Amino acid sequence: MNWSMIWQLFVQTLDASTPLLLAATGEIIGESAGIANIGLEGIMLISAFMAVYADSAFANPLLGVLAGLATGLLLGVVHGYISAYMKGNQIVTGTGVNLFAAGFVAYSIIAFFHVAGYYTIDLSLTVPKIYGVSPISISSLIIAVLAYYLLFKTQIGLAIRACGENPEAADSVGVRVELVQTLASSIAGLLTGLAGAFLSIDWNASITKQMSAGRGFIALATVNFANWNPLLGIAGSFLFGFFWVLGEWIKNIGWLKQLIPVDLFNTIPYLATLVVVAGLIGKSRPPKYVGVPYKRE
Amino acid sequence: MFEMLDGRLREYLTGFAEVVIAIVAGMVIGGLVMVIGGYNPVDAYYQLFVPSLTTKYGVEMTLSFATPIILTALTFAVGVRAGLFNIGAEGQMYMGALGAVIFGAITLPSILYLPLEFIAAAVLGMIWGVIAGILKAYRGVNEVVSTIMLNWIAYWIVESMRVYVIPNPVDASKTVSVPPAGRLPLLVEGTELSAALIISILVLAFTYFLLWKMAVGYEIRAVGYNPLASRYAGINVRRVALYSFIIGGFTAGIAGFCEVAGRPPSYAITTGLSNLMGLGFDGLTVSLIGYNHPIGILLASIFIGAMKAGSRNMQIYARVPLEMVQTVQGLIIIALSIPGLLRIISRRIGGVR
Repeated sequence: MNWSMIWQLFVQTLDASTPLLLAATGEIIGESAGIANIGLEGIMLISAFMAVYADSAFANPLLGVLAGLATGLLLGVVHGYISAYMKGNQIVTGTGVNLFAAGFVAYSIIAFFHVAGYYTIDLSLTVPKIYGVSPISISSLIIAVLAYYLLFKTQIGLAIRACGENPEAADSVGVRVELVQTLASSIAGLLTGLAGAFLSIDWNASITKQMSAGRGFIALATVNFANWNPLLGIAGSFLFGFFWVLGEWIKNIGWLKQLIPVDLFNTIPYLATLVVVAGLIGKSRPPKYVGVPYKRE
Repeated sequence: MFEMLDGRLREYLTGFAEVVIAIVAGMVIGGLVMVIGGYNPVDAYYQLFVPSLTTKYGVEMTLSFATPIILTALTFAVGVRAGLFNIGAEGQMYMGALGAVIFGAITLPSILYLPLEFIAAAVLGMIWGVIAGILKAYRGVNEVVSTIMLNWIAYWIVESMRVYVIPNPVDASKTVSVPPAGRLPLLVEGTELSAALIISILVLAFTYFLLWKMAVGYEIRAVGYNPLASRYAGINVRRVALYSFIIGGFTAGIAGFCEVAGRPPSYAITTGLSNLMGLGFDGLTVSLIGYNHPIGILLASIFIGAMKAGSRNMQIYARVPLEMVQTVQGLIIIALSIPGLLRIISRRIGGVR
């Protein structure tokens, strides 16, 4: 193990953790305001597609990233509006988005790229790297730190957390609960949209119908692991990201390959996530009113 | 006139109207998605529903597609009744299918095939369900996260088995097929409608009986309605969560059995689990549309079954990719998540309260 290998391992882990960290940071803000979104998986997938679509249409990765951001933002606004203003069932809305995404992206790859299930973009269309590191990965770390500052060191953060902990009290001191919740949900969507763009036009240079591969849900596990603190979210996403790298790494060990079917190693990130989450009992506490629509008496 | 109906009936009618509105809303927006993709939505919806609901062959295919999704819908419904969001039917169904298809590689007296396939599918489904149950009851793990992780783990386990352990010697794109003695008889020759439909309806009736006529069902519904009060009333909330996951795993496992033992021509699991994929989430849609009630599930399964049966027609004659079906389903669910949809719309239309 030399320095270049360690650096390589670090970059791979950073890549694998980026989509988790972005989505988890967004979701921490959303859930702190009381809006849970289990549709992160679907938002990530649709944004990944839209990023590829804009990127190949305009031959401009920046526009691809913007398309991913815009898609995520739109879905976050819709989820926030249905949850906060229409008092909808958040978990059902999120499920609907996941189902819609799975169908829509598979459909769109065929309808717009005329191939089934898998479309690759030229490497020249991917987001340019800085010393081998993605600028989106670096941004994800900065965003997590900023989110921590926003949530715990500013008045706005206090208002956001009040909406999730005690919306009635927040309402009584003049916080516009529904507005704050919708905005928080929009940020969750926006960051998850960036995660989607990262997956397709940065990390993988392609779009597949199963690109998000459970990452939206591992981001939810990361939120839990982080105890709704974005700084701990960095640690959590690195841990869960590392398991993805580990799975790929183990696949290349010759003698193990003879012994165990290679596909079985694909279970590692999911298995590891389950084990970590199972070990968390009693160590984290969600915002009191997360997922509960706020209704005035 | 509406006011004259008794409360319960009125509630049912309102619920029905809300579902119809959600379906229409989902289909209209789905239609827009088709227009953007350059397809003709009228053509597509015609091909999706008309042949599958008006021709004899179409209805038979509709019922064959309703068969597994009734069972996976029950998985979700039993969860919701206990206050759980069990979205693990997909993985539990994969494991059930694996349990059944393994017997394609084993030589047995013919009479043993079907019962053993059924038992293995049920047991594997229940094991996959109870893992999430134990994690929920004893470790407080959110079932949304655990069931999705388990779905992916099941996917890769079954896919590995397909490639390395029970591959089909003559066709690399699928597993071994269960032998003729291990297949459910067809109800109509030349279709895909098999006795699996009867099994599915029996399991539905059994689940209804369990939920509404037995003590365990009463406890499940009580916990779902009010967990705190149930605990004070002496109900073991943990045990109820476990039961709910076990029953759900059972019905999803049987869905896997029905697909392997009851669907010609392959009687196997195909590449990337393509013949199973999505049946668990279809069940979720069915359950939500059917208000998580066995009778509602039966009706909704025919609607979604028709869409699945019609999707091949739609792809061939209207040239719309069959994934459009899932897109519309997702849109319907999003519309359903909005409470009082009927009230919102009727207020817009004519100020009717």
